[in-house]
Amino acid sequence: MAFKHKDLLSLRDVEREEIEMILSTAASMRPLLESPTKKTAHLQGKSIVTLFYENSTRTRMSFELASKYMSAAAANISASASSVAKGETLIDTGKTLDRMGTDVIIIRHPMSGAPHLLAQHVNAAVINAGDGVNEHPTQALLDMFTIKRHKGHLDGLRVAIIGDVNHSRVARSNIFGLHTMGAEVALCAPPTLMPVQMEELGVKTYTRVEEAVEGADVVMGLRIQKERQEEGNFPSLREYSAFFGINEENLRYAKPDALVMHPGPMNRGVEITSDVADSEQSVINEQVTSGVAVRMALLYLLTRKGV
Amino acid sequence: MKLLVKGGTLPEYGRADMLVEDGVISRIEGNIECEGAQVVDAEGLYVMPGMVDLHCHLRDPGQEYKEDIVSGTRAAAAGGFTSVCCMANTTPVNDNAVVTSFIINKAKAEGSGVHVYPVGAVSKGLKGENMAEIGDMAKAGAVAISDDGKPVMNALLMRLAMEYGSAFGMTVFDHCEDSNLVNKGVMNEGYNSTLLGLRGTTRAAEEVQIARDIVLSETLNLPIHICHVSTKGGVELIRQAKKRGVKITAETAPHYLVGTDDLCASYDANTKVNPPMRLASDQEALIAGLCDGTIDAIATDHAPHHRDEKEVEYNMALSGISGFETAFALCVETLVHGHHMTMEDFVKVACTNPARIIKKNCGQLKPGMDADFILADPNEEWCIDARKFLSKGKNTPFHGRLVHGRVKETYVGGARIYKD
Repeated sequence: MAFKHKDLLSLRDVEREEIEMILSTAASMRPLLESPTKKTAHLQGKSIVTLFYENSTRTRMSFELASKYMSAAAANISASASSVAKGETLIDTGKTLDRMGTDVIIIRHPMSGAPHLLAQHVNAAVINAGDGVNEHPTQALLDMFTIKRHKGHLDGLRVAIIGDVNHSRVARSNIFGLHTMGAEVALCAPPTLMPVQMEELGVKTYTRVEEAVEGADVVMGLRIQKERQEEGNFPSLREYSAFFGINEENLRYAKPDALVMHPGPMNRGVEITSDVADSEQSVINEQVTSGVAVRMALLYLLTRKGV
Repeated sequence: MKLLVKGGTLPEYGRADMLVEDGVISRIEGNIECEGAQVVDAEGLYVMPGMVDLHCHLRDPGQEYKEDIVSGTRAAAAGGFTSVCCMANTTPVNDNAVVTSFIINKAKAEGSGVHVYPVGAVSKGLKGENMAEIGDMAKAGAVAISDDGKPVMNALLMRLAMEYGSAFGMTVFDHCEDSNLVNKGVMNEGYNSTLLGLRGTTRAAEEVQIARDIVLSETLNLPIHICHVSTKGGVELIRQAKKRGVKITAETAPHYLVGTDDLCASYDANTKVNPPMRLASDQEALIAGLCDGTIDAIATDHAPHHRDEKEVEYNMALSGISGFETAFALCVETLVHGHHMTMEDFVKVACTNPARIIKKNCGQLKPGMDADFILADPNEEWCIDARKFLSKGKNTPFHGRLVHGRVKETYVGGARIYKD
């Protein structure tokens, strides 16, 4: 079986078998990251470009190292948010990359739907590395990979996601992916940071962290950006932390062996306390390793097509 | 100069002949013979008043790369419009008599023949601060005032404009969206915005402002016209106000009757419009509002844009739909073929009522009215092809849609200005 899609834009339309294939391929890639010679020939002769219209450290490095470990030619393009408005259109940039023989374009963009627009106009495979507040499918895949490593399965698990759901592409992709894999998702956010009609996506929503994490197998924190306070969504970071942060007290409502996760970068002491982030339950650092393995798997699967 | 339209079907008269003399309808009877008259064969066609569009953007002066008065009026004629009211957000803004006159004179000199009635700005520069020269613009030929594209957020300015404008017979056409509540939304707020990760605009943004305008209109006992109503709640607010005798009129646009926010799933920016397309339940309410007289008129909000402004990220794209050349078919398809109203009812909302709102002697076929009319085939099947639009704006989310109802010929003052 091959991966069915030309691109990875969203987890909404990725089937269970495909996710399983990505996760099992990632499992076979992961040992390489702990080996002394981190090199395979899987992507030899392939060229991979990261096109980032937003700042990023871990996602970008993760893709870049995944490409290089597998012997691809990897290149980066950075565009500041201002050059989006002033400069070349996304479609023109995409066509330019296509003509240079790029096999995969990995795009991060501040506007939802930008990767979809790009994918319609290029032959290269497009990977969405985060678009606006929409999706971040590879983050969800690496989260599922991490959970599966510890729990052995995803079916029937309860995953609590705590924080700014409204502006979280991580939450959205995880909801779609985890549902496909049979897990249950509980969300907790201040009502001002919870999208409307969220429950119609099949999740449960809460305004108290204790209720959301009750019986959870996984507790995932989401980054809160300071500008969300400036926009008036909550009165202060102090109050946000007190009512919507993950701490040792509310974590007690989760299962004793619950995993603690966070996509990073963390605001320690805001959406998650350092005690929780650094606890034995935390797999936050491991998520980073999973990220490289999952991206290696995905790059391999997307470029293998048509060969 | 006599013109005899023979064998067509007319609203109210049924199958009848219509005689036009010197640009005015002189007789409508079952069978007219008139020597020397030029005969128009309308056999098998529906003869109706030319449509009157209360709300469009001709982009001239200043944004001719999107549309100009020549292309815009040609597109309007092809769409079956004989009168169009163009909004003030040109460059420079139509906030003074010089711009108003420019538009009117250019339309007369170079336009297709469609009557162009400018809508002047409420505020200088559309800034929402100081009142524009409403009296001057009225004298120059403007038919109403609007800051369309932007709401009049300042309720005091709104009050003053309603009061001052009333001295010149100028009604405010308000674009109702509370911009604080819009909060950078790009589509309808609801399940689909949540699913797509696009920022939603709550329906409350529209309804809060409609409610405010109703209160002002009722308090001041002055008329108000609500532009492009898109929500069920908006329809209900207006219905209740009308029951109380408030001097309120309202329009909706074809795309709100035909499209929903499901169309946004492609992230195709041609679906982006202000206010946004909403839900099937809103469509039903808007149609019911048109049927019971709550919504007086269908207006296109024809908003042509260059493709460079649409072939971009959804958030960056400009809002608006090129609507002249699809309005007739989309409305007839939805309203008439959808069994909500007859062609005669459609004539009221597309022609008669809007003509009444701008106080023009058109919008009906009866002796003494200006001979602004169209010949149409309500049943002709065709496929919307944006590439064939006469408008420079090819931006429509309905490209490729199969529709029924086509404008065949358009006449202004008894002269043919368009033939399919």
